[in-house]
Amino acid sequence: MSLQVFVLLSVTGLGLAGVYFLIASGLSLIFGLMDVLNLAHGLFFTVGGYATWWVMTRFQWIESLGLRFLVAFLIATVLGLAVGWATERFFVRRFYGDHVTQILITLGISLAGVALVGGWFSYDPQTFPVPEFMRQVAVIAGARIPVSRLLILAISVVLLVGLLAVLRRTRHGLIIRAGVENRQMVQAMGIDVAKSFTLVFAVGGGLAAIGGILGGVFFAGVTPEFGLNMLIFAFIVVVIGGLGSVEGTALSAVIVGLTQQFVNFFAGAGVGDLTVVVLLAVTLLLRPQGLLGEVAR
Amino acid sequence: MSAVTEVSEGPTTSAAIPPPRRSRTLPITMGAVAVLLAFVPFVDVHVPGLFGGELSSPGVLQILAVGLVFAGVAMSYDLILGYTGMLSLGHALYFALGLYGTNLLMRLFELSYAAAVPIALVGSFVLAVVLGSVALRVRGVAFAMVTLAFAEAFHVFVEADPVGITGGEEGLSLDTAYVPDILTGVVNTRVVYWLALAFAVLTFAICRQAVASRAGRVFQAIRENEDRVEMLGLRPFNFKLLSFALSAVLASAGGAVYLLLVRGATPGSASSVFTLNLIIMVVLGGLGRLWGAALGGLVFGYLQLRLPAVARSGVFDPLPDWLEGPLTEPLFILGTLFVILVMFAPGGLASLPARLGIKRGGG
Repeated sequence: MSLQVFVLLSVTGLGLAGVYFLIASGLSLIFGLMDVLNLAHGLFFTVGGYATWWVMTRFQWIESLGLRFLVAFLIATVLGLAVGWATERFFVRRFYGDHVTQILITLGISLAGVALVGGWFSYDPQTFPVPEFMRQVAVIAGARIPVSRLLILAISVVLLVGLLAVLRRTRHGLIIRAGVENRQMVQAMGIDVAKSFTLVFAVGGGLAAIGGILGGVFFAGVTPEFGLNMLIFAFIVVVIGGLGSVEGTALSAVIVGLTQQFVNFFAGAGVGDLTVVVLLAVTLLLRPQGLLGEVAR
Repeated sequence: MSAVTEVSEGPTTSAAIPPPRRSRTLPITMGAVAVLLAFVPFVDVHVPGLFGGELSSPGVLQILAVGLVFAGVAMSYDLILGYTGMLSLGHALYFALGLYGTNLLMRLFELSYAAAVPIALVGSFVLAVVLGSVALRVRGVAFAMVTLAFAEAFHVFVEADPVGITGGEEGLSLDTAYVPDILTGVVNTRVVYWLALAFAVLTFAICRQAVASRAGRVFQAIRENEDRVEMLGLRPFNFKLLSFALSAVLASAGGAVYLLLVRGATPGSASSVFTLNLIIMVVLGGLGRLWGAALGGLVFGYLQLRLPAVARSGVFDPLPDWLEGPLTEPLFILGTLFVILVMFAPGGLASLPARLGIKRGGG
C-alpha cells in the first residue's frame, strides 16, 4: 500500500468516524442517562441533512455559497435542537420508567417522520451545492485529500472537545455525568434530573443534525432513509464504545470508521460493513460492557 | 447499585404489554375466521372502496395473502416481544433467510421447492441458535442493538452481494422451474392464498401451544421478572434461546411462502425497516395477544398494498400538495396511528373492545 492511499483512506475513515461520532454520542448519552433507546435519532440526522439541502437549493438570494452554507448549518442545527427538544418534551417525557413504550414512541416518530420527509420531497436522493473551497483538494504526504473531508474531521473534533468540556467543566455536565452513573442518587440529592433529560435530548438532536449536514457533504447527497441507515452503524459504535461513555463512543467511532474504509477498499464494497459487525460480535464476547463502558448492561 | 439494575429488568413493567388473559373461545373464533377466509376465493362480490376488484380476483387475493403472511410473521414476533419480553430488532433476518435461503437452494442446488423449504428452515434454526447465543450475552436495549447489527450484516450481504449469488440491489427472482405448477402463475393465486392462510393458521396453532406449554409459562415469567426466574433455579438463557429460535423458524417459513407470493427475493425484506414494520404490526394489534398480532399484520399488509392504489385513483387530489404527499405514504399514516395508539391505547387494537366497555377474552 502506497503512502498516498494510506493517507487518503485514513482521512476518509476519520471523516466517516466524525459523522458516526456526532450521531452516536447523543444516542449514547441519552441511553446512559435515561435508558431510552432513541430510534428517532436517525430522524434528527435526516432533518439536519434535509434542512441543509433545503437552504442550499432554495435560498438563491444568498449569493455566496460559503455564507449560504453557514446559514444552512445554523438553521439545520437549530432545527435539530428543536426536534430533539420536542421529542422529549411532548412524547418521551410522558412515559418515564416505561422503557418499552418510550422505545415504541420513538420508533413511531422515526417511521412517520421519515415517511413525512419522503412524502414531501420524494425518496429520490437530493444533492446540494457546496461552497467552492470544499471542492478543492489539499495535498498531504502526496495524497490528494478533498478539503470537505478535512472540514468534517475538524468540526467533529471541535464538537468532541466542546462536548467533553461541557460534561467536565459545567454544572449541567456534572449532573449529566452523575446521572449516567446513578440516577436515583442524583434525584435523592434533590436535583431535578428531568431538566437534564430535556437538555440531553436537545443537544443530542443538535449533534445528530450536524452529523446530517456533514453526512450530506460526505456522501454527496441525502435521502429520507439516510438517517436510519446511519443509526444502525451508530448503534454498533455505541455498543462497542460502551453505553453512556462519550470518550468510548469517540474511540469506537474512529475504530469503526477506519476499519470500514480500509476493508471496503481492499476486500471489496460491503465487506467492511460486515467486518464491523464481526467486530461488534467479538467485542460482546470478550467485553460485553464495551471498550470504555463501566458495567455490562 | 447503579442504573444497570433497572435496565436488566428489561421491558417488563410496561403499559404496552397487558397482563395475559386466556380465552377458551379464542381457538373457535380464530378457526371460524380461518374457514371464512378459506372461502374468499369463491366469493365473486365486489366491495367498493375497500378493494379494487371482486374478492375472488387475483389482485385482491394477493393483497389478502400478503396480509396473512404478515399476520403469521407478526405472531412469531409476538412470541419473543409480547410473550418473552425480548426486543429483537433483527427479526427481518430470519424472514429474509426463508426468502433468500429457499430461493438460493432451488437455484444453486436445483432442489425442488418442497425440498428447499425444510433445509432453509433447519438452516434458519441453526443460525438463530448461534446468533441468539451471542446476542443473549447482553440484555434489554443492548440485545436490541446487537440483533439489529446481525440483521443489518445480512442485509448488507444480500445488497452488496460480494459473492455474486444474491442478485444485489435487484434481488433474486423466483425460477418457477423448481416450483410445482399449481403454485405458479396468476390463475393459481388462490392456491398460494390458501398456502398463506395455512401458514397463518399453523403459526397461530404453534404459537398458542408454545405459550400454553410449561416452557411458554417460563417465557412469560421471564417477561415479568427475569431475575426471579433465575432465582427459582431456572436458566432464563435457555428459555430465551428457545423462544428466539422457534420464532425465527416460523418467520423463515413465512419468508418461504412470501417468496411464492412476490415471486422473488429483494434486499428490502432483510432491511431493518421490515423489522420496524413488524413492531408496528404487533403493537398496532396489541402486544402479548396472538390474535392482536394477526390482526395487525393483516391491516398492515392491506394498507401497504392498498393505499398507493387509492392514492393513484385521485382521492387525495383535491388536497394541497403538502398534505397529499404524506397521506399517500402508508408508513406516515401507520406511524402516526401507531404513536397515537401507543400514547392513548397502549394495548393496541386488541384492547379497544375492553376500552369501549365491551367484554371479551383475549389470548
